[in-house]
Amino acid sequence: MSRIVIVGTGQGGFQAAASLRQEGFEGEIILIGDEPGLPYQRPPLSKAYMADGMADRLLLKPAAFYERASITLRERTRAAAIDRDRRVVTTVDGAEYPYDHLILATGASTFRPPIPGQEADGVEELRTLEDAARLRQRLADTRQAIVIGGGFIGLEFAAVARAAGVAVTVLEAAPRLMGRALSPEMSAWFLEAHRAMGTDVRLGAGARRIESADGKVTGVDTSDQKVIPGDLVLIATGVRPNVGLAEAAGLTVGNGIVVDGTLLTSDPAISALGDCCSFPLPDGSPVRLESVQAAVDHARHIARRLVKGTTDSYAAVPWFWSDQGKHKLQIAGLGTTADEVVRAPGPDDQPVFLLFRDNRLVAVETVNAAGEHMAARRLIGTPKAVLEAAGFGLKQALNAAKAAPPA
Amino acid sequence: MKITYITADGTETVVEAREGDSVMQVAIANDIDGIIGECGGSMMCATCHCYVDDAWAEKTGPQNDGESDLLDCAASETKPTSRLSCQIKMRPELDGLVVHLPETQL
Repeated sequence: MSRIVIVGTGQGGFQAAASLRQEGFEGEIILIGDEPGLPYQRPPLSKAYMADGMADRLLLKPAAFYERASITLRERTRAAAIDRDRRVVTTVDGAEYPYDHLILATGASTFRPPIPGQEADGVEELRTLEDAARLRQRLADTRQAIVIGGGFIGLEFAAVARAAGVAVTVLEAAPRLMGRALSPEMSAWFLEAHRAMGTDVRLGAGARRIESADGKVTGVDTSDQKVIPGDLVLIATGVRPNVGLAEAAGLTVGNGIVVDGTLLTSDPAISALGDCCSFPLPDGSPVRLESVQAAVDHARHIARRLVKGTTDSYAAVPWFWSDQGKHKLQIAGLGTTADEVVRAPGPDDQPVFLLFRDNRLVAVETVNAAGEHMAARRLIGTPKAVLEAAGFGLKQALNAAKAAPPA
Repeated sequence: MKITYITADGTETVVEAREGDSVMQVAIANDIDGIIGECGGSMMCATCHCYVDDAWAEKTGPQNDGESDLLDCAASETKPTSRLSCQIKMRPELDGLVVHLPETQL
């Protein structure tokens, strides 16, 4: 194998390139992406960057790294098509990039629900550094912001906007916040936390239409027919995986580009990673994760396979974080199929929720409790009885397990 | 102000830092091998582990809340001078800081 092409310059695409070199790959690496500039970290866009505006702190590596590691970066270059027979990626400028192996790290894009009025000035989304820079600039002149969607991005932005003294309303169509990812108990805790920050959170409130005057946004008409005034609207209703390139090339696509346990697509010369791929959990059920952890761990797994020939299935424990005001939410594992939630002791009375399915620990949600979170990552899969014997204290349970390793 | 990074094999690199930058951010910006900083300084990983040089340990101060829990998960051995470099913010008294890097972060 002498030439590996990676499509997508997000953290996953970057990590694939870096890990290929770390594993000892000596062939050519070409990293192609449509965004301008060097690969950067996306998580801080709605957190630290939104508050401090320091773009140079976002870079994953300086320009010198790409030179030193002989990674060819084609920025502002959109891949147009994959010719699987010839093993060539074509870009919109007509250039052809032959590959021995192709890694798709195309990520996800903001999903814009069909709400009329979105073309008005002052309606924003938050996915890229360009989005974040524009939003941040606009925030400085905003008196009242309306966030459509009570998920991670919307709520992180809401917290930063409140801290900057802007009035904020969050509209969430579902009955609770971050409902796709969190236990009802933790959703409820964050609802109170955001209300305590002074954010007007409205649950079960969809956006019917975005109102504007002279082309500028003036508010949002909600499903209960009340118009909420505002001069900035952030659409934060989730993302959709970027599967167009893969689909057009005839690869199997479901909720993302479908890969097997080794992260290969239906074409053995093509892998996929991160937000754009749907991969099997150890129990075989497919999942798509939108997280740095998945993107980076997928990238390392693929690099090891390509360079060292490993054939093991991907099985990393998922983890995730979200900074909302002074609250750092941390999640270990996946709790979407949990059938029981137990509140465990946490430091300073901070919430710690243990999520179980069939009496085994599947996820742990914590706030400002790094120790409990780190212990949780090692305890996923532990029987409930074992944790109960430790009073549901995660650090205690981990210490007990270390003292008496299972036979 | 300046920071000196000394890798496990003894390679020394002296770089310029700004007040307010973390020791992790300065390492990333200067392409220093031996610090990963996977979570970007969010206290979610332990891949920016460093050993503060004995002469500087007092000035950099003790580990922050939660830092020791993350360092428990670090890939290389921890010492009393172990810190997460994302948690050391540069200030004038730290001009000239020397940190040693572990053999591996993963």
